[in-house]
Amino acid sequence: MKEEILTTQDLHLYYGDKEALKGINLNFDEKGITALIGPSGCGKSTYLRTLNRMNDLIPNVTITGTIKFKGDDLYAPSADTVQIRKEIGMVFQQPNPFPFSIYDNVIYGLRIAGEKDKEKLDAVVEKSLRQAAVWDEVKDHLHESALALSGGQQQRVCIARVLAVSPEIILLDEPTSALDPVSSSQIEATLLNLRHDYTIIIVTHNLQQASRIADRTAFFMNGELIEVDQTKNIFMNPANKQTEDYISGRFG
Amino acid sequence: MNSKTQNKIAIGGLYGIAGLVVLILLALLGYILVSGVPQLSWHFLTAPGKAFLKGGGVGIQLYNSFYLLILAMLISFPIALGAAIYLYEYAKDNWVTTTIRTAIEILSSLPSVVVGLFGFLFFVVKLHLGFSILSGAFALTFFNLPLLTRSIEDSLRTISDVQREGGLALGLSRWETVTRVILPAAVPSILTGVILSAGRVFGEAAALIYTAGQSAPALDFTDWNPFNISSPLNPMRPAETLAVHIWKINSEGIMPDAKAISSGSSAVLVIAILLFNFAARYLGKRLYKRLTSA
Ligand SMILES: Nc1ncnc2c1ncn2[C@@H]1O[C@H](COP(=O)(O)OP(=O)(O)O)[C@@H](O)[C@H]1O
Ligand SMILES: [Mg+2]
Repeated sequence: MKEEILTTQDLHLYYGDKEALKGINLNFDEKGITALIGPSGCGKSTYLRTLNRMNDLIPNVTITGTIKFKGDDLYAPSADTVQIRKEIGMVFQQPNPFPFSIYDNVIYGLRIAGEKDKEKLDAVVEKSLRQAAVWDEVKDHLHESALALSGGQQQRVCIARVLAVSPEIILLDEPTSALDPVSSSQIEATLLNLRHDYTIIIVTHNLQQASRIADRTAFFMNGELIEVDQTKNIFMNPANKQTEDYISGRFG
Repeated sequence: MNSKTQNKIAIGGLYGIAGLVVLILLALLGYILVSGVPQLSWHFLTAPGKAFLKGGGVGIQLYNSFYLLILAMLISFPIALGAAIYLYEYAKDNWVTTTIRTAIEILSSLPSVVVGLFGFLFFVVKLHLGFSILSGAFALTFFNLPLLTRSIEDSLRTISDVQREGGLALGLSRWETVTRVILPAAVPSILTGVILSAGRVFGEAAALIYTAGQSAPALDFTDWNPFNISSPLNPMRPAETLAVHIWKINSEGIMPDAKAISSGSSAVLVIAILLFNFAARYLGKRLYKRLTSA
């Protein structure tokens, strides 16, 4: 039996008066990939961002319910958001490398945490870029600007940047929707490599993508979790009529 | 009349207006440079002025202009940077912020004569700073602060929010995100804004006439002890700047070559400001390139 690393219980989120999440109960086992799917505006990003407290940045957000990371309440008054975000990293839809060199991008988190040992930093850069499957493409110009890379390479550098701070969970919000198909499949391959070592939660509106990479898939609609199951069950044999309609392209 | 011809007429009109503006500008610049540049010489740029005789230079005024500019920037830049960071990165959108923004807006549209008279009453008279570099630098700070704050805020605005989210999501604190991600990324554009505002400060006269004063006592460029009255570094001495000098010669200059000195000074001022502008563009572009490309 695997450990549950992250649990959400009766999670509600309001933007002002608008209820965007209506009581989500969803737990994640350690390791593996979970895909969050559902029509746009159903609350996938909102849910994902509650998991590393990125919604804290938005004014007028109210959150109720419980989220626990390894048994600790993520929203306890004593919880340290900075620490949480180191353990629960995030990759965004738009690749957002900092306007610095590739090397500096990858070690940014560590360097700010005070790591100065050049050998150690070099090692982390190589390891993270290898894990993100972009090392061979960038190893000869580590000290050039990350903004000079293609979108797909930038996104993998962003993944490496997250890996460099050794998170346990990686959240990805439609990481390939701004990329071309070749880059997208490279990112997918990268994620498949990482699934043995990290707990990965990915929002995607691309159903094929979910079916290709996810171990488990959760279907959201109108702020509710409709169904969550092994990916093949969701796609071949969904328990819920709404899931079936969505999967078969009848709406959304 | 169909919309196509309407469009053509409108575009033609706009081209005409734009062309007219450029023409006026070129004529002005041309006039100043043509009448001023022949007066320029090494002697003119470095020699002290003469009150009654011909052959004086603007060395002291030129030096004063730069010294005041640097002092004013040293005072106003940290304040403006702090204010801009607070306003853009931290302040909530409430009435306090709105009030501060409005105040900055009003300050920035204040005529510089008013700033000068305020500086005279407050720094020169009330605080007993006298006609001095320091009074002038404070007045310039008042003049410069709102412009600089706004320009730095605009620079911060050009950095996309995805960069802020990227920093925070990496486990950086808010402050680390601002200082280690946003500010470095905004440096080229902040620098451009600083140099452009330096150009404006450099050419400012009205705010200085009653604060830094209208006299340029002789300076001893071998004496760098700021407490000596003839030291160039002394912040308590009166210091006429180039822009004030031009105003003064034209209103009450009695040296025989007043006209020539005025033209020469104007040319120096215009050239300096043009250099500031070109430097701003060049440095901004260079830095941006270094940040964003191989
Ligand atoms: N910052 C916000 N303020 C107010 N409403 C928001 C905000 N972000 C998202 N919403 C609303 O919350 C709902 C869920 O949005 P989101 O989580 O982005 O959906 P998804 O990622 O599934 O497309 C939508 O109706 C959206 O309009
Ligand atoms: Mg979304």
